[in-house]
Amino acid sequence: MAIRILVGVKRAIDYAVKIQVKTDKTGVVTDGVKHSMNPFDEIAVEEAIRLKEKKIAQEIIAVSCGPAQCQETLRTALALGADRAIHVEVSGKDYEMLQPLAVSKLISAIAKKENVDLILLGKQAIDDDSNQTGQMVAGLLSWPQAVFASKVDIKDKQAEVVREIDGGLETIRVKLPAVITADLRLNQPRFANLPSIQKAKKKPMAKMSPKDLGVDIKPHLEYLSYEEPPKRQGGGRVSSVDELISKLKEKGLI
Amino acid sequence: MNIIKSTKVLFLYKFMQRYASSQALAADLKNIVGNDNVATSTAVREQHSHDESYHPGHKPDVVVFAQSTDHVSKIVKYCASKRVPVIPFGSGTGVEGGVTAPQGGVCLDLSRMDKVLSINAEDFDCTVQAGVTRNALNTYIRDTGLQFPIDPGANASLGGMCATSASGTMAVRYGTMRENVMNLEVVLADGSIIKTAGLKGRSRKTSSGYNLTNLFVGQEGTLGIITEATLKLHAIPEAVLAAVAPFKDLQGAVNATVAIMQSGLPVARIEFLDENMVDACNRFSKLNLDIAPTLFLEFHGSNSNIEAQGQIAEETCKSYECLQFAFATDVDKRAELWKARHNAWYAAQALKPGSKGYSTDVCVPISALSGIVTFAKDELKRLNLLGPIVGHVGDGNFHVFVIVDPTNPKEIELVHQYSMALAKEALRVSGTVTGEHGIGVGKKKLLIDEFGAAGINTMKAIKQALDPMNILNPGKVL
Repeated sequence: MAIRILVGVKRAIDYAVKIQVKTDKTGVVTDGVKHSMNPFDEIAVEEAIRLKEKKIAQEIIAVSCGPAQCQETLRTALALGADRAIHVEVSGKDYEMLQPLAVSKLISAIAKKENVDLILLGKQAIDDDSNQTGQMVAGLLSWPQAVFASKVDIKDKQAEVVREIDGGLETIRVKLPAVITADLRLNQPRFANLPSIQKAKKKPMAKMSPKDLGVDIKPHLEYLSYEEPPKRQGGGRVSSVDELISKLKEKGLI
Repeated sequence: MNIIKSTKVLFLYKFMQRYASSQALAADLKNIVGNDNVATSTAVREQHSHDESYHPGHKPDVVVFAQSTDHVSKIVKYCASKRVPVIPFGSGTGVEGGVTAPQGGVCLDLSRMDKVLSINAEDFDCTVQAGVTRNALNTYIRDTGLQFPIDPGANASLGGMCATSASGTMAVRYGTMRENVMNLEVVLADGSIIKTAGLKGRSRKTSSGYNLTNLFVGQEGTLGIITEATLKLHAIPEAVLAAVAPFKDLQGAVNATVAIMQSGLPVARIEFLDENMVDACNRFSKLNLDIAPTLFLEFHGSNSNIEAQGQIAEETCKSYECLQFAFATDVDKRAELWKARHNAWYAAQALKPGSKGYSTDVCVPISALSGIVTFAKDELKRLNLLGPIVGHVGDGNFHVFVIVDPTNPKEIELVHQYSMALAKEALRVSGTVTGEHGIGVGKKKLLIDEFGAAGINTMKAIKQALDPMNILNPGKVL
């Protein structure tokens, strides 16, 4: 029985952009800055497509939560091979304050509604580096989780996942339905080609609001300030070990 | 005693003079581009003194990092007023010594001009600053379904690729820089700024005025400094098929190449490795390929016809006695098949650890290819040199990776002799001494052989017209 997969994709500032912090410290500059699909989500989408190519999956649904521009990200997912897309519209101040717990609730609601067997997410988004959504979705749904996946094998309604952990690699087996988050070495994502991009324009994209899903997205965290890391100061040379020791003493380091 | 002392004093005096003047130079340049964009440290100058070739480095006096075309223009104007040489620097991945500063001067590093200015997906073109690298561009446009397919191996800057008329493994299908540069913004030796194909030109074709664009493609920084380029983009193929076919002998491989080129198949890459190179790759990448002259092929097409094309390619190769034909459409299997070709440069150098590779670059009509590769191998034997061969056979271009001990002047001299002999043979069969690497410092004499006196004088007249004081990358090309 081929499974149905829900893949989450986030529209984030492109990884090649030089980030600029706003002078009022309330965030980073996003106007006119290149955005694209979060790189770990690209890996998650690629894994879903490979499962479909192996005939393990029969349908891939892509979901994104955010303003109208998220539809571009969803169209990319469709061009790469997803079958249909769901856009949960959150914009303006609501979007600025949209946090992982709220996103987890939205994804969980959709997963239940669509009755999927597997949720594939990127391990974290490169803008906030939260690394929470996959884990919280599993918690909300009471599903098993296999996060930081670098290899996924699915057979007989079970997933054998190799995880990248601090000590090396850990292999676990989880029963579906489950949540898997993609780490860097899971696969090398493909690029979309023109015929697929054209076909993707005709694939179904549903729009809904958090209210439609019965989810309250109010934020629980307040962001106090955004600052750049302190500028690196120049070093100095010392001419002898004695001078090194006296300089270290001067700075109160020894 | 006195003579030695005064020689030392004279040397010291000259050194201090040069040091003092380079300090003054640095101070003036800081006034133009700001303190953060000027470097005088030995480390930075050393990094900018050489490229990836075996040509010895020559340090510039100062390195300047330009952040805009305006910077470049002002710097060139200043250097012109002081008659200080200017050497443009992209990524330093060249292989002909094009960025060395034999007369010192200012190295103008354009790597911080790294913005993609515009992508016009409907028009299949883009405009970039000169410091954008080809990988950065392809990553930037990855969601448009388009690619910039010229891949010279290194992650070179697009400005540098324009300046050296770079090429790559997909030239057989997509052309070289000459066919893919639509417009350039160039700063001339007097600081003035021009657009080579019209102030805003982005038309696919033009008959308008002199073809300045292709004058500046390949001038290696000797006629102007490229600051922006408008480039053609191509569609990413829907389906790709990769194949590897070892042959009984070199002639079989070349004949199969010609047949495939004439078959109308959408061949995108057709690369040749001689048996020495295959052996080196087997050792380096722990592969098990037949040690025989081998073709590495790639076809670009659509899902509906790619398998059929693979079959036609297989039949063609078999009719020229290939020993086997392995092919794949899956992306991981394709990478596996092509692993040997990707690692060739390193595999060659690994044959003798501590050695460096010197790559020849002759390009001849395909009908002359088999003959000249045989000549190349015979010359290697005669001079007792080790040189595995990699070739873009679809273009008649091949590289002998001569493995040499860079500290052994006798070997360097032999490599030099070899390179001259091979180049002369290429010219004899209507080829060129450099298909894609450029002239740089090492091939200036060969350029004269290739073009003859009148041709070279024409080039010199152009150089005289555009850079009469010879401040732009002096000592290169001419």
